[in-house]
Amino acid sequence: MSIINQAPKWYNTEDASIAKKARKAARPQALRASIVPGSVLIILAGRFRGKRVVCLKALEDNTLLVSGPFKINGVPLRRVNPRYVIATSTKVSVESLSLDKYNVEYFSREKKSKKSNGEKEFFGDNAEKKEVKAERVADQKAVDAGLLAEIKKISLLKQYLASSFSLKNGDRPHALKF
Amino acid sequence: MSETIVKSANWRFVELGRVVLVNKGTYAGKLASIVEIVDHKRVLIDGPSSGVPRQAVALAHVTLTPLVVAGIARGAGSAAVAKKWEAASIASKWESSAWAKKIAQRETRSQLSDFERFQVVVLKKQRRYALKKALVKA
Repeated sequence: MSIINQAPKWYNTEDASIAKKARKAARPQALRASIVPGSVLIILAGRFRGKRVVCLKALEDNTLLVSGPFKINGVPLRRVNPRYVIATSTKVSVESLSLDKYNVEYFSREKKSKKSNGEKEFFGDNAEKKEVKAERVADQKAVDAGLLAEIKKISLLKQYLASSFSLKNGDRPHALKF
Repeated sequence: MSETIVKSANWRFVELGRVVLVNKGTYAGKLASIVEIVDHKRVLIDGPSSGVPRQAVALAHVTLTPLVVAGIARGAGSAAVAKKWEAASIASKWESSAWAKKIAQRETRSQLSDFERFQVVVLKKQRRYALKKALVKA
């Protein structure tokens, strides 16, 4: 017998995992037909739940870019998961807004160098207060200005966006039309 | 002794020509007229003008309305019912009734969008405010 057919002296304790080869390219999710740029959405989860906001555009990470506008209901320029949103049939024109600069990188966090955690840091004694960057404030104002002009054109729309959604007694959300 | 007044009760009878509102089945929400009484639980109805074909239905599945088509004979045919129905102008009488208006309002309200529901809330608030203001003045 040749040496090739001899049993090995040792075996791996576990089988080495082989990465599965993807045969399909990942494509961006198809959005619901009811969500288009400019449609009013109701946010269902997170700290802005119940707020009615304006959808500005879909981002490449399968989220939606929305704005309250901040001036009306306190919801800033923000990404939301379309799964946790009700699309209403109300629409606002957002064609006049320039939204090219808002992409996934715009919202990504800055990398911070990790230092050793002292006791002080652990108790949050000298935790830095998060401040909103001036650039973000300016961007918010620029988008809101265009959006508010459009919202003004439809009577009661401003008050509608300022109010928040909630279910009342006898409301059956599956039977409601939005 | 005090006098006792005997009055006939003002009930809606199951009678020939009585207009009923169908509550169940394919023809729910439509009007028809009683043409024949089958037994104490079932009647034969016909609504040629409102799109209800001649059929026997259980009285539990229809509601009697205050309207009656005058002069319908027992077992009258569809053509005769249609003629008498038009002559009694049942459709316009029904549409002007509070009952029909309430049904129509319920239907439109259920079709409102979220924004329109909000507008209803605001308008109702305005009406309430105006009413209260007028009451205080009076």
